[in-house]
Order: sequence, then structure tokens, then C-alpha cells
Amino acid sequence: MYVLIAGGGKVGFYLAQELLNSNHEVLVIERDSARAAAVVEELGDNVLTGDGCEATTLDAAGVARADLVAAVTGDDEDNLVVCEIARRRGVPRTIARINNPKNELLFKKRGIETTISATQAILAQIEQELPTHEMIPLLQLHSGLELVEMKLPDTAPVAGRAVRDVLLPPESLISLVVDPGGVPRIPSGDTRLNAGDALVVVTRKESLNLLREALIGSTHGLDT
Amino acid sequence: MNVLIMGCGRLGARIAGLLDQAGHAVTVLDVNASSFRRLPESFQGARAVGNGMDGPVLERAGVAQAEAFMAVTQGDNRNYFASMMAKEVYGVPRVLCRIYDPVREQIFRDLGLETFSPTSLGAQIMVEMLVKSGERGR
Repeated sequence: MYVLIAGGGKVGFYLAQELLNSNHEVLVIERDSARAAAVVEELGDNVLTGDGCEATTLDAAGVARADLVAAVTGDDEDNLVVCEIARRRGVPRTIARINNPKNELLFKKRGIETTISATQAILAQIEQELPTHEMIPLLQLHSGLELVEMKLPDTAPVAGRAVRDVLLPPESLISLVVDPGGVPRIPSGDTRLNAGDALVVVTRKESLNLLREALIGSTHGLDT
Repeated sequence: MNVLIMGCGRLGARIAGLLDQAGHAVTVLDVNASSFRRLPESFQGARAVGNGMDGPVLERAGVAQAEAFMAVTQGDNRNYFASMMAKEVYGVPRVLCRIYDPVREQIFRDLGLETFSPTSLGAQIMVEMLVKSGERGR
């Protein structure tokens, strides 16, 4: 596969290195000549010094025969332009690095489906840890079942109700209730749920949103 | 007409002044508040500080009400990016965009933007000037 990489920063460099190790043909396009020289030193003659946003540079890099173009500079606008020009030149696949997660919408609207956002990825990890998220995936079980933990906020619609009165999505089961003092109990139908309780629940993957709504309420947590 | 202009350089400030004088509702957006010094003293329009490639900044500058958006910063890619945001995300009816690089200008025009390249037009005019005056001189 012939892969063109626009941007010889850390992302571009390691990407090129990995692809070269897998015996792909790679060319890194880097605007800054000092940076380009540094990449040549490490990767050999697989670097073109120039502006990947310029059609003439991309043409000199043989964009027309590229199987894939990865735009991984630190500037979203440059990455968009690289992908747009590459697609005009008939490149079948373009991948764009996105720095501001809000920009994903525009890339999608422009038909650049594959976007990678480190910011978004880290954000997703943090949201899993945040107490406001209130639903932490613990374990994926067999046949699409999942074990999740959720903490009931004060506003939880189920606070003060008995387990038997709680309407859960199909094949969902409250398996463990840990009260705010850290005492675990296996709930029966009579067990009353309280705000501050942590619940360990078995559910189906596709029912996660319904489960969250049933136990925590729809206004809570960040939508993901 | 309600016009949002991104970039208050020489061109942006001049366009803003002309439109304002003609009675249009103009908002000028620039990353740097000191750029507004280029606006004429008589300028009645609004000034907004921020990066026009950021959705919330565009919203604050009133992109949703804008009938026209003009991108005239120094960066071709920035102008393209913001123009596409205005057009595709916010549905601004008219979007005009300055692109210095003639090759890129052609591509962006093919992608559906109304573009203007001072490089191509300037070159054309200057060559004409030279050739015509040359003829006159002969």
C-alpha cells in the first residue's frame, strides 16, 4: 500500500515508522525543513519537504497513485484541506486527525468519514471516571451481556423505591447494592434503593441507555 | 443585508467600512482586538473577538442570523475551513472566501465555494497594465 502522510510531527513520524516496518510504501510531507531533515535521519529517504496543503506538493508526492492519505498535522484546517485535495485527486481513503472535537461534524459533512481525535478519546476516558457520568462499564460478559456499576444521584427516579417496583430493560438484573457506608448486599425484591447507593447491574449492551434512564434519569450524566 | 466578516486586516476592514456605509448590518470578527483599529471611525457595526474556526465563536458573532459570510484572514486554509463551517454547519446563504493560492482557489471553487484570488486577479491586471503601457510607449 502507498500511504501519504501529511505532517511530520510526532504522530506522523511514528505512524510512518510503523507503516514502514510493515513494509508499506510511505512518504511523509513536512513543511518545516529542519523537522523534515530530522525525520529523514530516522526514517531514510521517505520525506518530501513541502506544504501538503498545496496541490502541487501533493502531485509531486504522487498523490494520484496513493491508496491512503493520512492528514495528521496539528491544525484541523490544514488536515481538512489535505483530505479535500486528496479526494479530488482520486485517493480512495483519507484519514484526518482532529484536534478540536467540535470540528468532527464539519469533516463528516465534507464526506471525510475517518477522523481521529486524541482530545475526544481522552475525554471519553475521563467521562468514564467522572462521578457525574454515573455509569461505569466493569466487564463485558458472554453473549452481549455487560456488567456495569452506577451510583444513584439524589435525583434518581428509583431512590426510595423497592427493587421489585423498579422497571428495568429486558434481561437486566440488579445483582449487588453497595450502600454509601460501603456495605454490600445481594438485593431481594423488598430491598429499598437509596440515593448514594452504588448498584452493580447486569444488562445487555444495547440496553445501556434505557438502563441509565430507568435508574439515574435522562437528565443526568453526559451523553456519549 | 446581515454580513459577518472574518478577519479585520486591510481587506476585511475595508469591506466592512464599505458595507457599513451602504447601510448593511456588519459584524467583524478577528482573533485580535487591536485589528479593529483599521476600521473607519464612522463604522457603526459590531466587533467580535475570537477564532472564526470555532463553532461557538461563530455563534457568538451571530452566524445563525448572517445572510452572508466573508472569510478574509491571511490563511487560505483557515478561510476555507471557516467558510465551510458557515455554509455546511450553519447554512449561511452566501459565503465568499479569499484564497491567495490560485491552485487551491480553483479546487475550493470546484468544491462549491465562491472564491476570490487576489493573486490571479492581481497578476492579470498587472500584466495588462504593463503590456498596455508598453504598447503606448512604442
